[in-house]
Amino acid sequence: MKRDRSGLLSQPGPAARQDEADVKVTSVGGGPGGLYTAILLLLADPETQVTVHERNAADDTFGFGVVFSAATLAELEDADAVSYERLMRSCARWDPVEIRYGGARVRAHGNRFAAVSRHRLLALLQERAAELGADVRFGSQVDDVEALRADTDLLLGADGRNSAVRRTWSHAFAPQLTVEGSKYIWLGTTKPFDAFTFIFAHTEHGPFQAHIYPFSETTSTFIVEASEQVWRAAGLDAVDADTLAPGESDEHAIAFLTDLFADDLDGHGLIANNSKWLDWTTVRNATWCHDNVVLLGDAAHTAHFSIGSGTKLALEDAIALTDALARCDDVDTALADYEATRRPAVDRVQQAAAESLDWFARYRRYWGFPPAQFAYSLLTRSERIDYENMKRRDPNLVLAVDRWFAEEAERGNHDVAMVVAPPPALTGVDIGGRRFVNRTVLTVPPDHDGEQGRASDSLVRRYVRRAQGGAGAVVLEAVAVSAHARISPGDAGLWTDAHAQQWAAALAEVRGTTPTLVGVQLNHAGPRGATRPRQQGVDLPLRAGWPLVAASAVPYTAVGAVPHALDAQRRTGIREDFAAAASRASDVGFDLLELHFGHGYLLASFLSPLTNRRDDDLGGELHGRLRFPLEVLDAVRAVWPADRPLSVCVSASDLQPGGLTAQDAVDVARALAAHGADLLHVVAGQTTPHARPDYGGVYHAGWSDLIRNCGGVRTIASGSVPTLSQANHVLAAGAADLVIVGRPLPAEPPWLALQRSPS
Amino acid sequence: MDVGVGLPNAVPGVDPATIVHWAMRADEGPFASVGTVDRIVYDNLEPMVSLAAAAAVTSRVELVTCILIAPLRERSTLAKQAISLDVLSGGRLTLGVAIGARGDDYERNELAGQSRGDRLTDQITELRALWDDGRITPSAAVRAAPRVLVGGGSGPAFARMARLSDGYFHGGGPPRAFAAAAAQARAAWADAGRPGEPELWGQGYYALGDAADAGRAYLLDYYAFTGPFARRIADGLLTTPLAVREFVEGYADAGCGHLILLPAVADLAQLDRLAEVVSSWRGGPRERAVTHGVG
Repeated sequence: MKRDRSGLLSQPGPAARQDEADVKVTSVGGGPGGLYTAILLLLADPETQVTVHERNAADDTFGFGVVFSAATLAELEDADAVSYERLMRSCARWDPVEIRYGGARVRAHGNRFAAVSRHRLLALLQERAAELGADVRFGSQVDDVEALRADTDLLLGADGRNSAVRRTWSHAFAPQLTVEGSKYIWLGTTKPFDAFTFIFAHTEHGPFQAHIYPFSETTSTFIVEASEQVWRAAGLDAVDADTLAPGESDEHAIAFLTDLFADDLDGHGLIANNSKWLDWTTVRNATWCHDNVVLLGDAAHTAHFSIGSGTKLALEDAIALTDALARCDDVDTALADYEATRRPAVDRVQQAAAESLDWFARYRRYWGFPPAQFAYSLLTRSERIDYENMKRRDPNLVLAVDRWFAEEAERGNHDVAMVVAPPPALTGVDIGGRRFVNRTVLTVPPDHDGEQGRASDSLVRRYVRRAQGGAGAVVLEAVAVSAHARISPGDAGLWTDAHAQQWAAALAEVRGTTPTLVGVQLNHAGPRGATRPRQQGVDLPLRAGWPLVAASAVPYTAVGAVPHALDAQRRTGIREDFAAAASRASDVGFDLLELHFGHGYLLASFLSPLTNRRDDDLGGELHGRLRFPLEVLDAVRAVWPADRPLSVCVSASDLQPGGLTAQDAVDVARALAAHGADLLHVVAGQTTPHARPDYGGVYHAGWSDLIRNCGGVRTIASGSVPTLSQANHVLAAGAADLVIVGRPLPAEPPWLALQRSPS
Repeated sequence: MDVGVGLPNAVPGVDPATIVHWAMRADEGPFASVGTVDRIVYDNLEPMVSLAAAAAVTSRVELVTCILIAPLRERSTLAKQAISLDVLSGGRLTLGVAIGARGDDYERNELAGQSRGDRLTDQITELRALWDDGRITPSAAVRAAPRVLVGGGSGPAFARMARLSDGYFHGGGPPRAFAAAAAQARAAWADAGRPGEPELWGQGYYALGDAADAGRAYLLDYYAFTGPFARRIADGLLTTPLAVREFVEGYADAGCGHLILLPAVADLAQLDRLAEVVSSWRGGPRERAVTHGVG
């Protein structure tokens, strides 16, 4: 489709300002963004006066190659077929991504890339801009940006990540520069690579990774990155980058890296070009437009090189900007239009870059994953890619992950002969002496319709039905260990033998009809007790409740009753209540027991510094705050059979300032495991009503990942996992061992019923 | 999905008689509700007062704030005002609340200071407590409290909605934006441990036929504080019967239970034209097909 570039550039729009004079556009910066804007402006209206000021000489360029996806190429073809043709003649193209890790090489397909040397790209854009009549001035250092602005209709800030234009009007652009804590160095090599290659190199100081993209038969960009901590430990801070002369490279670093990657370089050295260690900085701006000045490319926004999108963004900015200028009658409207049109796309790329950065910042925890799982985790690090999506890109890779996963899961299980490996969610696993026939867990939430701890008939029916649904396990949530432990008066409990008999009858009905493990979660509501049923809202206090107890005498909400701080008598009593309920659960025949230590209930109120303000042996530092929860766990473990799994539900984060740190969460997990927890059901938030959760995607899976891979404890991931694909994804990426499914919808997951084994 | 219509209480220069006639005609159908938007520093009429005027001349339609910038109001008076309006209307009030998006509304308010989100959270908690307590409630009340809906697009807003309200009020946009927000609302609902599902309400602006330009100009003015985003809001204005039908259909498919179409022009002829379109919508206003299974 041919773009209509009438409008601003050919109509008497801003040109009217200078009467009949031609529109004057000036770019500070002659990189891809500035040059491409010049080209598109001149294509739209050859009469436009375009001047490009480039600080460097024409053939003086830093960096090695730039990479484009197939989608970007299509846009470039659409915008200017001539420069596209020339670009394609210079591009190297390839499909695979190769991951070298732990002595293995994993290849993933389904990605189409093209790359060109930055030098060649600039040369062809310079040539094209000159053909069309742009005045490109090399070696032109602009000192007075303000004077330049006064003398032009539109000033482009296309001057890169350290933009002088942005600095000049920083009050308007309000730039936010985030140093992300990763050190990287830009190098090249003549060793031929035929794939976008990631090499993960283990050193005694920690991991380094190389990001390699070939841009010709003989040359590849070779970027090496490490966390600042690892970089320091390896002594790479020995050379102060500031003491290097302009253009001088860090030979110490190059020698170190040549040695580190010797096997992969295969005798080819690393090529330096003004190469030194840099801090990755993410650039964002509150706005990209001010008066007749507009930012584009790295001056406006950067995206980490691991997603290879910097040049792509600059060229797409140029297209959007020239389109907006063509559409609108004046510069102000056009710039606002450009920003409004472009922001959502840039936000998405910056979000993907942030997710990628986050993966590279945390992947040490995955060291030890088998290569297939490590590769899966890397390739799906963007939240936009899940199991089904990855399968469409590269079915063989996902099949390999499935096969590896299933073999691990079924090792030693001779009943199973697999022709086709099931997806991860449908593989079995042995935990705590019992077999989960698959990795899905269904929960049965309380209905508050019971009486004096006796469950309502409908709750029992729902439990039985779900137990027969074919999940790995089913868990009845929030069963009270005493009358005062209830959230609401109608909650089910296990504090009398009559309560136990009711569940014994229900389990008798289930037994023999399903391989699903039947589970129950015990809770003491603590500061969240004595509330009305949750139809109208949570934590709405009863008019006449019962005395509450918590770590400290702090009400859960502004209108809640003030709880008693736990005293010595209650300390013993509550511990015994938990043990007695666990004992009943065992006698009744539940296979799986879970204790609720999360969501701001009694035991959670001890763990978090936000709610535990005690100064005795049950408060203070983490080991003090853990003491009472561990006492309860010990008491339960002592009566709960060793050959049945015991799970603890724990909030890995309070999701608010001043709460548990990630390290605290890992320490809590390790302590719970050391005291006999076989599994942790990982949740987050609700420690207080002022948590700041984020309900996008599979929102608690990241916390499960932290606990599982840093704490070394098997986990159940919770949150919203509405599809089997998402469950498979969480499991394949190693973020959990089991996944709660069917939340928030559907209420009765029909796909699980299909898995039901014949009785 | 039910379909309601907004009152033109925030269209500058609206004739007070138009508000009353608008409400009367809306009450004749096919609309399920009349709604109001809220601003302080603008040429508009206060929403609760406008709905009180509407209550006096209607007997059927629900009265909906979509939304009310609740943190600008003192808690006990708002609780009293809402239950009074609910009584006066025979139990027809739905109180949609959110923090709003404009700083200057807060600057003019003596309550400015504390985080708006935290204030709203505490405020809804206290409204619930005041209504539940019963001492502020007129004896003629037909129910303990009006329905409460919460709007906003952040994680804390979804959490607030799930903890304390009856459902979610989406702020507007194409059906796919509504669907994405609805997924988060359901996730938050389940996370909070609420039984069933949240009610899901949506809204959109319309100005049909010749009124399209005036409607767009109004939206550019009303949303000028959002910068370049105002243009996108204006571009989303529903200006043809087909656009309205597609929008209504899209919202119904996305799981919306109640959609309110807000006028961008205060002309009674606009209400009549919308009534025709909504009456002829093939789905028609119908019973909600949502099952309230305990999730």
